Amino acid sequence: MSTQVAAYRTQYDAFAANGGGAAPAWLRDVRRGAIARFEQLGFPTPKNEDWHFTNAAPIAEQAFRPLYGATAGAVTADQLAPYRFAESWPTVVFVNGRYRADLSTLVGSGGVRVLDLARAWREMPALLETHLTRIAPYDAQAFTALNTAFAQEGAAVVFAMDHSAEQPVHLLFVSDDGAADGVAHVRNLIVAERGASGSVVESYVGLGSARHLTNAVTELSVGDGATLRHVKVQRENARAFHVHTVQAVQGRDSHFQSFSFASGAALSRTNIATLLGGAGGGATLNGLYMVDGEQHVDHQTRIEHLAPNCFSREVYKGILAGASHGVFNGKVYVHHEAQKTDGKQTNANLLLSERARVDTKPQLEIFADDVKCTHGATVGRLDEMALFYLRTRGIAGALAQRLLTHAFAADVLDTIEVAEVRDGLEALSRARFAGG
Amino acid sequence: MLIIKDLAANAGDRVILRGITLTVRPGEVHAIMGPNGSGKSTLAQVLAGHPAYTVTAGSITYDGKDLLAMAPEERAQAGLFLAFQYPVEIPGVTNAYFLRAALNELRKARGQAELDPMEFLDLMERKLPMLDMDPAMMQRSVNAGFSGGEKKRNEILQMAVLEPRLAILDETDSGLDIDALRVVAQGVNALRRPDNATIVVTHYQRLLNYIVPDFVHVLSNGRIVKSGGKELALELEAKGYDWLEAPATGAAAGARA
Repeated sequence: MSTQVAAYRTQYDAFAANGGGAAPAWLRDVRRGAIARFEQLGFPTPKNEDWHFTNAAPIAEQAFRPLYGATAGAVTADQLAPYRFAESWPTVVFVNGRYRADLSTLVGSGGVRVLDLARAWREMPALLETHLTRIAPYDAQAFTALNTAFAQEGAAVVFAMDHSAEQPVHLLFVSDDGAADGVAHVRNLIVAERGASGSVVESYVGLGSARHLTNAVTELSVGDGATLRHVKVQRENARAFHVHTVQAVQGRDSHFQSFSFASGAALSRTNIATLLGGAGGGATLNGLYMVDGEQHVDHQTRIEHLAPNCFSREVYKGILAGASHGVFNGKVYVHHEAQKTDGKQTNANLLLSERARVDTKPQLEIFADDVKCTHGATVGRLDEMALFYLRTRGIAGALAQRLLTHAFAADVLDTIEVAEVRDGLEALSRARFAGG
Repeated sequence: MLIIKDLAANAGDRVILRGITLTVRPGEVHAIMGPNGSGKSTLAQVLAGHPAYTVTAGSITYDGKDLLAMAPEERAQAGLFLAFQYPVEIPGVTNAYFLRAALNELRKARGQAELDPMEFLDLMERKLPMLDMDPAMMQRSVNAGFSGGEKKRNEILQMAVLEPRLAILDETDSGLDIDALRVVAQGVNALRRPDNATIVVTHYQRLLNYIVPDFVHVLSNGRIVKSGGKELALELEAKGYDWLEAPATGAAAGARA
């Protein structure tokens, strides 16, 4: 066992001895199992197929200090304003991994409930016991196991049966330099009950420049006939490490729409997976990553078709400048039972420099015989014809690059149904790479 | 305004232009005609600075400056405009955003204030009717999914907004029906001024019924083989190009415009 893995065990023992917050007994049992599993697994190495192109060593080499006992950072409402998208949304704010009641707007009752986990344990214990830690498996996922061992801080969102939420819910995780060398094991649960419809935006924002680790897990349950939109926005600081697993399970005729936007962090790894467990369901997994400098951004998606007559749609786009490195691995598994599956997956990458690189691997595994599935990946540079056309109109250099780069990103950003987020990310993407 | 002297150009190893000499003065309209493969579109592209062509000999002087030393965007900023034979589609960039960016780049280069979106909108309300264009076109992606006629109108709309001193129309008539041709030609004619000039590159005489040239030049195998007044276009219409063809020299057979 590495000294770092041992250090997390020591941290866990201290955490457990302190009662691990207000957690019920069942969760403490789960945590105990999870830390044991983490010790067995250790951090992933490049030998692990899923970590072939992303070296977790920079994260594994350092034992990040726990942030669960620390006091929340001194971030102010003014500092958060640019990251809120809309003032009126129910919002749960965490600073350096700690819930900040003064910056949050919870909703305790009605068609939508939005709570921090500590309060959720008191007010909806049965719902948490049904779903929390039950959706995201940690048997083969070291980071999820580690997260589960420390699962305490996070948010719970519930869209009640047949309720259509008017406003999106925002979960906003902010770090400043108070998080230096620390790790936040964020744990979120989002439940859309039968026939419900709602949107959740999950933001990770870096306000400082200190190295820290976010190790987040978000579990989503999309009930029969429910529609759940989940937009993740990752803009951590340029030295941060970010690992996030988003795992959904879906019922009959449900629709899960996921979007992952990533522009921050030195190294980020986002795993997005869904199980289409009931007939007639659909999953739409889209994303955009845009990085430069020495940034490394990795998306692993997994769509499991377990039931017949489901569809899945996936479009991921990447823009890579400087000496950045993008990784995309999209798996679509069509199980034997999943006849009439309709699946489409694409990953398109735009390289803006000679030093930027991308490793893309769309994968289809089909065990049913009556399906319609396609996949494809492209890696290209800015279109020479378009560049010349722009130059003949006086548009050259950084402006031309910015225009074409934004154009490349526009169609996938356009799929975000939450208008405020779509517009906000469009503005971000337009401003990015301004300097070439 | 434009002096082309003994211009020769290659595309890769292929010799396409073999010594073009042509002078265009303010206020003039020149038609460049010729069969497919004669080099007329190459001439248009070389004037705009297309990187696929290498100038191997000769010179181009534009307003006293060495045009060949200028980047494509510098040529545009100096008032040169090429209406493309095949306008490029740019999905994801709206026509309005693109055209305002282009106009503002030219205005900046000339030391003029940039137009804000409202001022630009006002300008478009004046320009769009000239080309009989629906304002909704401005919110569509540049040329993406446009019909052939819409693309050509869009080129002339850009010309109307950018107000070039030297406009080069590269087969703007191809793919246009007679009504669209008339609209486009009216647009071009409305932009004629004593201090600007137009070069119309075309295979057919048809367009020249609407945009009446002062001079007609016939290109064949990379050379101007005949020049004349507007009546030359009618003669070509009646007799075709065969009687004027220059023999190919070197390895240039098969060069295309």
